[in-house]
Amino acid sequence: MTDEPRSPAAEIWRQLRRHKPAMVSLVVFLVIAAACLAAPVIAPYPFDAINLTGIRQAPSLHHLMGTDDLGRDLFTRVLYGGRISILIGILSAVLGTGLGTLVGALAGYYGGRIDSLLMRVTDVAYAIPALPLLIVLASYTQAGVGSMAVIIGLLSWMGTARVVRGEVLSLRSAVFVEAARALGASSGRIIGRHILPNAVGPIVVGATLAVGNAIIVESSLSFLGLGVQPPIPTWGNLLQDATSTMATNPWLTIFPGLAILVVVLAVNFLGDGLQDALDPTGRST
Amino acid sequence: MSRPGGGNGGEGGVNGSPTGATPLVVVRNLRMHFPVRRGFLRRQVGAVRAVDGVSFDIHPGETLGLVGESGSGKSTVGRALLRLVTPTAGSVAFQGEELASMTPEALRSARRHMQMIFQDPYASLNPRIPVGRIVREPLDIHRLGSASERTTRVRELLSMVGLPNDARRRYPHEFSGGQRQRVGIARALATNPRFIVADEPISALDVSIQAQIVNLLADLKDALGLTYLFIAHDLAMVRHLSDRVAVMYLGRLAELGHRDDVFDHPLHPYTKALRASIPRPDPAAEASRTHTSVEGDVPDPAHPPVGCRFNTRCPFATDVCRHDEPAWRNLGTGRVPHMVACHHAEAIE
Repeated sequence: MTDEPRSPAAEIWRQLRRHKPAMVSLVVFLVIAAACLAAPVIAPYPFDAINLTGIRQAPSLHHLMGTDDLGRDLFTRVLYGGRISILIGILSAVLGTGLGTLVGALAGYYGGRIDSLLMRVTDVAYAIPALPLLIVLASYTQAGVGSMAVIIGLLSWMGTARVVRGEVLSLRSAVFVEAARALGASSGRIIGRHILPNAVGPIVVGATLAVGNAIIVESSLSFLGLGVQPPIPTWGNLLQDATSTMATNPWLTIFPGLAILVVVLAVNFLGDGLQDALDPTGRST
Repeated sequence: MSRPGGGNGGEGGVNGSPTGATPLVVVRNLRMHFPVRRGFLRRQVGAVRAVDGVSFDIHPGETLGLVGESGSGKSTVGRALLRLVTPTAGSVAFQGEELASMTPEALRSARRHMQMIFQDPYASLNPRIPVGRIVREPLDIHRLGSASERTTRVRELLSMVGLPNDARRRYPHEFSGGQRQRVGIARALATNPRFIVADEPISALDVSIQAQIVNLLADLKDALGLTYLFIAHDLAMVRHLSDRVAVMYLGRLAELGHRDDVFDHPLHPYTKALRASIPRPDPAAEASRTHTSVEGDVPDPAHPPVGCRFNTRCPFATDVCRHDEPAWRNLGTGRVPHMVACHHAEAIE
């Protein structure tokens, strides 16, 4: 049937393809992600190969991004680091945004006591200082990609929860929501089909910002000894290690920083395009 | 399911219904008070009495017009009938079943028999869902038919309301107000409901297409045997579409009767004033039309006047109007009762 409505996913993809910055970003992101995944194959050196005769070399053909204070090849370490940083960034953003959306949607939709309770929990979560909490958690958990993503996700859902609650609160009284109720729609259907799709803008924005934030937070966690431990590199701890030599060996800061910047930018543009693709008003057919 | 049509007490039934038939909707002493809260502790300091004791019946196949000014509570009555708001007191029975005593699940499945057409066709359609899915949603919710039967039904509904079949994959913003209202009507009809509340379905539309929508509603009623509660403030349209007309003022019914009785022989001073406000298409008649406009504004529904609610604006008000609430009386002589709540109805006529 040619006049069948397209499936929503197909329609969103079709719209996304028209969004040039988003498509360029998608390609850049996929290239970086693929390179990081293929690190064991394409990296010129082992990530922990120390070469004390060639420390702090500037970028050259042998070492595309130079070497660090132990003579390890930075290009190799950036590739390996990306595997963990990108994974943690995406997992924790998905987790944090999902949790925040759930809490915000329930609070905004049901209102009353549920709202008060959930929002107080959110306030408390906001008020807990991250540092002592992390130190406590560090003594109980094994550092690993999964636990790091969970911890970062649990530290970053509150903003999304508040924004989503506000959106849901105003959408709850929308006439089309009342219309859905009049049709006999269940609360789950009303929230899932009618309210959240109309609140997708702030959710996507929150999620894309969370990816970049998570990559940075991961570096502080590593610094505290909770994150991924040396010699395994992540973009965060590469950046962290380079702070002391920033003036003398700038490439050690520039390349991991650039990697984070490019990925965060790409995710943001993608989020931007996704937001437009999800909005049928002003969509071309 | 059935419920005796008579026996509701009062002369000719408090409901002002034609005798004999079994009503589809029975409303008794419906009250809807919205609490007014103030201050830091959100203490309730009063209540807006949007609907304050309304009783009537709606019979299968009839259109009951409900008219009144903004703030008279007419939309709230429509919402309470479909239980989109929970009434403060009183009862609404649909097909003999009290809605208040239904479980949420039972109520949700009963909704397929009673639907609503909304006033604002721009706000009542989810902007993120294509029209085909909007019209199909009631079928999905109530699991009516197979997937292909639902698709067929959507085509059928779109053609029934005069929309092209390719409307299905387009989004609400691609349509005009009148077309959107047709989408809303198709959605309301999807589950083959018996009863439809049309809440000012034309007042947000351009005058040039109001008549199209009204005629569509009338045609659909004839074709499908629908029963309407038609809420409006355009009296000419109400007269055109309704069998009986109820006039509402400040949360109460002022008058209820056959449309010709209410329009040609109004008993309540408020109805008279409303009727006098209808412009006449004939310039001569228009020139001689007496502008017996109602003085002042509708009083605050949080503090309605004592006695007859209309006494603050009524040219015929006397002491009794300022102290005693008028009884709901049948002054009709024909088959259809003509109910009125006015102490001086006989004297004024």
